[in-house]
Amino acid sequence: MPYAFKIALRHLTANIGQTALLASGVAMAVFIFIFMSALIGGLADLLVNRTLGNLAHVTVEASDADLPLLAPYAGETALVARQRSTRRDTGMLDAGPLRDLIETMPGVARAALEVTEGGVLIRGGRVQRVSVTGLEPDRLNAIIRFDRAMQAGTARLTGETLMIGATLADDLGLSVGRTVMLRGDTGNSVTLTVGGVFRIGAGQIDAAAAFIDITTARTLFDSPNRVSRIAIRLEDFNTAERTAARIEATTGLTATPWTETSEQLFDALVAQARTGLVLKSFAMLTIVIGIASSLMLTTYRRRPEIGIMRAMGATQGFIVVVFVIQGMLIGVIGGVAGGVLGLVSLVPFPAIEDVQSGQLPIDVAQGSIGLGIALTTLAATLAAILPARAASRIDPVEAIGQ
Amino acid sequence: MTALQPADALLQLRNLTKTFGSGETATHVLRSLDLSLQSGEMTALVGASGSGKSTLLNILGTLLRPSSGQFRMLGEDLFTADDATLTAFRNRHIGFVFQFHNLLPDFTALENVMFPSSVRDGHERPAARRRASELLDRVGLADRVGYRTTKLSGGQKQRVAVARALMNDPALILADEPTGNLDRASARQVMDLLAEINRAAGTTFLISTHDDKIAAACSRRIEISDGRIVSDWS
Repeated sequence: MPYAFKIALRHLTANIGQTALLASGVAMAVFIFIFMSALIGGLADLLVNRTLGNLAHVTVEASDADLPLLAPYAGETALVARQRSTRRDTGMLDAGPLRDLIETMPGVARAALEVTEGGVLIRGGRVQRVSVTGLEPDRLNAIIRFDRAMQAGTARLTGETLMIGATLADDLGLSVGRTVMLRGDTGNSVTLTVGGVFRIGAGQIDAAAAFIDITTARTLFDSPNRVSRIAIRLEDFNTAERTAARIEATTGLTATPWTETSEQLFDALVAQARTGLVLKSFAMLTIVIGIASSLMLTTYRRRPEIGIMRAMGATQGFIVVVFVIQGMLIGVIGGVAGGVLGLVSLVPFPAIEDVQSGQLPIDVAQGSIGLGIALTTLAATLAAILPARAASRIDPVEAIGQ
Repeated sequence: MTALQPADALLQLRNLTKTFGSGETATHVLRSLDLSLQSGEMTALVGASGSGKSTLLNILGTLLRPSSGQFRMLGEDLFTADDATLTAFRNRHIGFVFQFHNLLPDFTALENVMFPSSVRDGHERPAARRRASELLDRVGLADRVGYRTTKLSGGQKQRVAVARALMNDPALILADEPTGNLDRASARQVMDLLAEINRAAGTTFLISTHDDKIAAACSRRIEISDGRIVSDWS
């Protein structure tokens, strides 16, 4: 064992009570760090699950055709107001292979073709305007987890069935097994049976959306072999921008990450993450100040011993190393204790998807336990440098004479 | 009185001064001091309190820098040496026995004796452990090897300090009132031990003392007063 390490260890074990108290303070700060990380991360996940959970993380659509080249007269400027095309042939043709390609990209969990248009549901004398989405039956739960949100019926689509939200079903007096007429904006109509009623918690989808089989949707909207978009769910929603850029580079199509379509949510998450960073920084600052002040007191108390060591041939560098190791050991002990405390405290919290109203959204996986311990050790080591340097400069004659 | 200034002396001081403070508040503790010590000598340094004995011992121990003059030991110029050089020199060539023993309280007797060797090597060598055990045996503490120094009597602590001073087989041992804090029996034991080491190993001792009996046991006696050597005889 290196001699400086042995001396540092002996200093710590010589006064177990004081060392335990100091390590407990560090452990508490580490626990706060871990708890804040888990809470901020969990809160972000909860927000995303409750909002982004029903949205695609990335959507891929056909790029608009290039603008015609305008040649303004000399000295003049051409102003162009561009409007997205409303023609029915603007979707993507034969997008199946593209979907399969996207699904092989790293970070992509699922990709699904969608046809989206407007329409009306007609039930007796009642008429309700709805957003109609045609989904691939075998990828029904790729974006919205219908299988977890069904109130009645099953999460399944055939050419003769549709799924609607519970609010819409109430408004139109519909239930599973009832028939309803769906008329598209093209003027085409189809009569379908309600196969399932869901409630996913997003008002607009529960109240004004109908989901049908993609083949039925293509017929209804006169767009054979076309899809409106490819909806993509990622393994980690935080990689949306990077993945969207990769898809654009690979396919030449327009890929839009959720951070653009839900900008306010993104801003809120960024602000929340910054708040968490500030709180975690304060926890680290507490560790640094606590250890630095404690080691300052320790070096003062051990002045005579430092003087003896210097008289016996210990160099200034050796004294610095002894006290820096002391700081590091306190960091490791406090860090590991805080990590264990954090883990034990956080494990009983329910998983994010099971969090009920009023419960803290804690995500243990985002507790940054390893990072917390590593940062604490680093902070404690750095905090020890100043007291260690002060100790190394103690005058041995003065110190021994005390 | 004999003036000892041979060229092959263990250490030589020439015109050495030490002044604390400056200007009107300056205190001249050592004034134009000339001194040589020969290898194997056992010298008593006597003088009243405040005469400059401890300051001289601290300078010779390289713990304190002189203000001016020359200071050479074992051929090395210690007046101009930097801190790292002085520390290494002190560790290798100088042993200390203090009045209040100055042992490390959290360490055992054996670990205290090993300290000068271990701090030099960066780890505790088995050979150092064996030598420290032998030294503790030599000072009569073979049965106290694993004791924390806080569990030892004053006399035992001072014998541990003597063993520690011998650990690196130094050329010079500086002892500042080594028996000043001991009862009569313990003082005699420690003094007999120092004399025996001097005879057996030829280790050079410079012992600061107020005790005439200890001074009488030494082969040379230097008296210092008001920062000057006023008598030096052997």
